[in-house]
Amino acid sequence: MPVNPRQHSFEPLIVAFCCNWCSYAGGDLAGADRLSYPAGVRIIRVPCCSRVSPNLILRAFQRGADGVVVAGCHPGDCHYDGGNYLARRRLTLLHRFLEFLGMEASRFTVCWISASEGERFAAVMTEITQKIWSLGPNRKLRDTR
Amino acid sequence: MKRIGVFICRCGTNIAASVDIDVVVKAAGEMPGVVYAGDYGYLCSETGQAMIREAIALQQLHGLVVAACSPHLHETTFRRTAASAGMNPYLAEMANIREHCSWVHRDKQEATAKAAALVRTTAARVAHSRELEAGEISVEPCALVIGGGIAGIQAALDIAEAGYQVDLVERMPSIGGRMAQLDKTFPTLDCSSCILTPRMVEAASHPAINLFTFCEVEKVEGFVGNFSVVLRKKARSVDPGKCTACGLCGEICPVKVKSEFEEGLGLRSAIYTPFPQAVPAIPVLDRASCLCFNGSACGLCLKACPAGALDFEQQDELLEQKYGAIVMATGFNLLNMEGFGELAYGRHLDIITSLQLERLLSPSGPTGGRILKPSSKQPPQSIVFVQCAGSRDKSHSARPYCSKICCMYSAKHALLFKEQYPEAWVYLFYTDICTPGKGLEELYLRVEEKYGVLYLRGRVSRVTPGGDMLLVEGIDTLSGHPVKIETDMVVLAPAITARSDAAEVARLLGISTDNHGFFTEAHPKLRPVETRLAGIFLAGACQGPGNIPETVIQAGAAAAKVIGLLSYDLLVGNPYVSFVNESLCSGCLDCKEVCPYGAIMEKTIEGKIHGKNVKRRVAEVNGILCQGCGSCTVACRPGALNLNGFSAEQLLAEVDAICL
Repeated sequence: MPVNPRQHSFEPLIVAFCCNWCSYAGGDLAGADRLSYPAGVRIIRVPCCSRVSPNLILRAFQRGADGVVVAGCHPGDCHYDGGNYLARRRLTLLHRFLEFLGMEASRFTVCWISASEGERFAAVMTEITQKIWSLGPNRKLRDTR
Repeated sequence: MKRIGVFICRCGTNIAASVDIDVVVKAAGEMPGVVYAGDYGYLCSETGQAMIREAIALQQLHGLVVAACSPHLHETTFRRTAASAGMNPYLAEMANIREHCSWVHRDKQEATAKAAALVRTTAARVAHSRELEAGEISVEPCALVIGGGIAGIQAALDIAEAGYQVDLVERMPSIGGRMAQLDKTFPTLDCSSCILTPRMVEAASHPAINLFTFCEVEKVEGFVGNFSVVLRKKARSVDPGKCTACGLCGEICPVKVKSEFEEGLGLRSAIYTPFPQAVPAIPVLDRASCLCFNGSACGLCLKACPAGALDFEQQDELLEQKYGAIVMATGFNLLNMEGFGELAYGRHLDIITSLQLERLLSPSGPTGGRILKPSSKQPPQSIVFVQCAGSRDKSHSARPYCSKICCMYSAKHALLFKEQYPEAWVYLFYTDICTPGKGLEELYLRVEEKYGVLYLRGRVSRVTPGGDMLLVEGIDTLSGHPVKIETDMVVLAPAITARSDAAEVARLLGISTDNHGFFTEAHPKLRPVETRLAGIFLAGACQGPGNIPETVIQAGAAAAKVIGLLSYDLLVGNPYVSFVNESLCSGCLDCKEVCPYGAIMEKTIEGKIHGKNVKRRVAEVNGILCQGCGSCTVACRPGALNLNGFSAEQLLAEVDAICL
């Protein structure tokens, strides 16, 4: 059985950096409530969205991710005081940078999902996958290796 | 390359129903570094854990991947398993193939592929994991309580009762705070000083409490367990060792100025004890108003003191003390009503604040407990209470929040007024009546129904002083009619605000304040008496408006937190903290700017650059203060900062593996 069905049809690969306290737990809740979302969404746990360096996002695009999501606690609710505000400022700049590189900035999303928003987690991930699906595969930044 | 073992949990059918476990085990066996891959029905069971322990020993594993449920559920379980088999627990990680995979993806092929990807990602992470040890730090078994009101007194007593040394610092000449100014307390109407004074005396005489009155905090350094604080003991001009508190100095002093304690309604001398029950009873000399310190010859008190206790040469004294924990109990102020021209406060003596009324009601106050018009010292025929004076008001000089206690103390004031003047008219303008709490609604209803106080729902638009009488104009929104009342006295219930220097004090300690200057708690619901700085706690109205029982509850809670902290000889830190690669650090300290915990400091190191010895500045992380958010690692341009447990190497390896 092929382990990677993406080779056969375009199933967007979305790398989701989720903060440990809100969004990762929101993902857990989506699971507990059996709320389905596309399997191309793959989650990397980070302590806070302010830990997500633009390096990591660019690396994901380089390695073939079709979309990248950074999800943190809602503004004002950050476990570490204001990490999500720092992330918001930094990653707004990254949006501009992606445009400068000639890449569709909409492949990259920053969103806030709380630990009690399992439904929102599934909805956001589904919506993002659909958006990326309509954009097609990421060819611009992908390694040619 | 580490020898990594992968264990895949079937979780009954929770995982096995939508993930083909055999395929994932086979795939895992071929992943880089993986020397063992196996599966089991329930890995979290004792048998499952025994299987892991056995494999760690047999296969000499240096890394462990448990693919099962969310790490929020069982990370601690499997780390303990690893530790019990002699592996550093931080080399064990979980891949979440239940909540994030089998439960949300119904297509078996897709779910299996994703589960394999998650295992691969976690194996890549473990390949870059390092053995971590949590740091330890000593704790000074002594606490500092800043503020000697009821919050500070309660916290100090609770901590001292648990057997720890407490220094209680108060900037005024006596402890007691706002509660000492009050006459009676709602809803029971028991006398404030009758319940407070014994507590004050207890605090002063407790063997584990050192009282520092007329003393301020000058400097705070250090961190949880090890605060280093400089206290400024202001010159009292009186030797407390000799003074017998006879009071002769105050009686003979020719200077009379407005008393702060009496809210300007009474006078005090330049050498004074603020109120009769003051603790300590030792007077202080207010050098700003003393004749001797202002170029005139007087010295009457010097001659009058039978104990020879006066010492005009006394200087401020600086004390450096060490503490393990700090409780902030600095209390509140009332909003200055002079900023509200329409309320005419300050333009007529008979327009007073609620705190001034407390002094008029107090038997030890300027009128001996009788409510008299401050202008003529005559009994008033009528009175108007104005609620929400500057609260629940979005205008520039006002506060948008509810000050919480005014509804209740105004009901109390109306009742006490009616008891003195049963025939007088009492009007009370309110926005809404808020009475949540034991016995509070009952008091309000009693005042309105039994005492015949006229409650008018609406705001006062203007108070016009006119000779003897005051004209109050407002609206009664329930009838829709404008109201005009001629009255003898007006009592305003000013908004409760933070201390005017709260922001400065917050900076001194490194804690934060909200928009209105109240100190911010670490979490509004779950950590209400802690600040975000470990080891600093909050009690009372410095955190927000509250009544006496709430303040006492907070103080007890803060004391419990302090006692818990001081009970440790050594604190064990969180190993997921940032660290600095000094050879890469450029010393820009951008990291310091983004750290919410003040965990990053600068230090100077000596190193060789081009063969020369050079001193340079680098960042240093305090591993006890650092909470591991990792914000600094992104702010660092040279990449000198890294985070244990979520290192750049681990996260990059995860990204690479997840995209394969």
